[in-house]
Amino acid sequence: MAALTEEQSMIRDQAKSWTRDQAPVGKFREMRDSGIDSGFSPDTWSSMIEMGWTGIIVPEQYGGSDLGFLTFGVVLEEIGRQLTASPLFASALVGASAVVLGGSEAQKQAVLPGIVDGSKILTMALEEGPRHSPKNTSLTAEKHGDGYKLTGTKTFVQEGLSATTFVVVARTSGAPGDTDGITLFLVDADASGLSRNQVKTVDSRGYANLDFEGVEVGADAILGQLDAGYPVLEATLDRARAGISAEMLGTAAQAFDMTLEYLKTREQFGQVIGSFQALGHRAAGLFGQMELSRSCSEAALQAIDDNENVEQMASLSKCRVGEFLYEMSNQLIQIHGGIGMTDEFDAGLYLKRARTLETSFGNRSFHRDRYATLAGF
Amino acid sequence: MSNEQALKEFESTVREWVKENFPTSLAGSAMGLEGEADESSKTDFELWRQRLAEKGWGAPTWPVEYGGAGLSHPEAKIISHEMAKAGAFNPIPLLAGMGVTMVGPTLMEYGTDDQKARHLKGMASGEIRWCLGLSEPGAGSDLASLSTRAIDNGDSFVLNGQKTWTSGADVSQWCGALVRTDANVKKRDGISFVMLPMDQAGVTTKPIRLISGASPFCDTFFDDARAEKADLLGDLNKGWSVVKRLLQHERQSQTQARSPGGGGKKASLQEKAKAYVGTDENGVLADADLRIRLANHLMDSQAHGLTVSRITAEAKGKVEVSAAASILKNSATNIAQTKNELTMEFMGTQGIGWEGVDFADDELSNVKDWLWGKAISIYGGSYEVQNNIISKNILGLPETTQKG
Repeated sequence: MAALTEEQSMIRDQAKSWTRDQAPVGKFREMRDSGIDSGFSPDTWSSMIEMGWTGIIVPEQYGGSDLGFLTFGVVLEEIGRQLTASPLFASALVGASAVVLGGSEAQKQAVLPGIVDGSKILTMALEEGPRHSPKNTSLTAEKHGDGYKLTGTKTFVQEGLSATTFVVVARTSGAPGDTDGITLFLVDADASGLSRNQVKTVDSRGYANLDFEGVEVGADAILGQLDAGYPVLEATLDRARAGISAEMLGTAAQAFDMTLEYLKTREQFGQVIGSFQALGHRAAGLFGQMELSRSCSEAALQAIDDNENVEQMASLSKCRVGEFLYEMSNQLIQIHGGIGMTDEFDAGLYLKRARTLETSFGNRSFHRDRYATLAGF
Repeated sequence: MSNEQALKEFESTVREWVKENFPTSLAGSAMGLEGEADESSKTDFELWRQRLAEKGWGAPTWPVEYGGAGLSHPEAKIISHEMAKAGAFNPIPLLAGMGVTMVGPTLMEYGTDDQKARHLKGMASGEIRWCLGLSEPGAGSDLASLSTRAIDNGDSFVLNGQKTWTSGADVSQWCGALVRTDANVKKRDGISFVMLPMDQAGVTTKPIRLISGASPFCDTFFDDARAEKADLLGDLNKGWSVVKRLLQHERQSQTQARSPGGGGKKASLQEKAKAYVGTDENGVLADADLRIRLANHLMDSQAHGLTVSRITAEAKGKVEVSAAASILKNSATNIAQTKNELTMEFMGTQGIGWEGVDFADDELSNVKDWLWGKAISIYGGSYEVQNNIISKNILGLPETTQKG
């Protein structure tokens, strides 16, 4: 853990005890089994709002606490540990970042306080195909009177069923593959011509596909600059990447702790299995990976707070934490053996979540390639 | 005055002192001067050593009474930083062999007042070089099975046996050796740590040639060699706990990765790779498979550097012998070895030269580094021994049931 400030330590302790006592993985399991469409429990979400977590990166004049990304990461790590489901990440990190970075004063006043008090749930509508590729956006926004008309589809939209407002990535000029010609729009979920359908993913969270059939919006719906939305989009995505890496670190760290506990208690051949050198060395290797991943995750969040080298650090974090979570989630099952394969045990929930997180905001190969490009080769 | 202000002031004092005292003839020449330099350089080198030693800056964090300057770690860091900026260097840790980095810190913890008074100043001034007699032909990773015997002979011990991998034994004045003082108890309980002068009839050394060529390593033979009882470090038969501490200090000194890492300022690995392999029209390395492995290596290197900084920050500026040393040693090992392998790979046939004009200097030095680098995962506790330490001491997993 980074050398945290007193305030950050307090928030971490609060997040740790609250997730463990009020929103543990068992609660996620109950939610999954109850078949709630939204993919989260309303009381979990309202407690988060009460604790002020929705305002962590929102400036004070819009009702937030402006504590920064390293602080948000502390919370996300604990959420990742217990697989606590909520729109916190999609709305208060990704949505809020887009508005803080790209919004006009009027948009900030109209949207940010709503994110903080929970009356609005934002999410980004970006992906259109199975692979993360922001510049290949093709959903079109054509000039229509004083405003625009949006036509096309979006897939894999986080919290897409519960969101009140979408940050829609659209093409206003150029062709898929161009970074110029991309524009961000704020679109209400109840806009006419917009429909959403649940996507049932392996991690039982609330994803949706969106259909835009000539959705009309005013010119004031543009977030940032016409045709020049790409820099704000990338900056928002890098915040999402660093944030989701913190959550992934928590998920992997919990998987490590569960595995270590099992190594110390499970007996076979008349001794605890952790005494076998093959397993001891595997655990040692995973522990080393965890320490290195933590450094990357914290450094990426700090880079955002310092506004320094954000792109490289975000890709480093998503890739390295992703590597560790991939290994750890597989070893969680392998080392638990048969019990790990049963739905009754929690290992499967962590494995399923691990792969969903991996595909979000660019997988390891996307970020390895981006890192190499940024490093000039 | 705030701490930060005090450090700022210290920094300018150091800068001034280095400017006045460092012989500019030595600038940038670092450590390569020993042996090969001309007479005037040798004189300047000796002058610089003396000045540093008088100041206590050869081992700046050591107490003044033992030849150090009693400074904090942040202050010591400022000294090395300011020296580097001026092209200067601190030759004393190298001149003292294993003295400043390993024997000294251990002696401060376990030594008697008499031992500290007799030995530490010579290390801190760089005048007395130390070697370590630990490994034996039959005791490598399983160090505790060592068989060099020390027999009680009144005021001294008489030593018989062979040590190996004693780095710098042929040029050292003193040796710290691990010896068996009781053969009738469990192997770890009959070991003692003694210190003995190398210049005596019972000690002979023989250099070892490695796969990479000449090396600092020696075989060291004890034939009725003498170690005074006053030079027993720690209690009789308690040498195992002394050496465990000693090896922690060794790991600590080996945690720095040698690779410059992503975004480094030196001629970067990726630039070198591009020069050998070529690029496509977008500047992308022409070998896609190598490109990905190179990216992974640079990320590993950056993650390692970030971890060193993080652990240092968490320790609030104090660099201590920590549980993380084993993790960092293994990751530094991976990075150093991978760097040489990748370099060799992208150099192609230019990467496999042994000597001669067909190869550039950096091509030949990579070959030597690559071969020498195979030792990093063996010495100072092998890769596997580090994993045992992590699983047992850090993760709390039970002792393996294997013998040993």
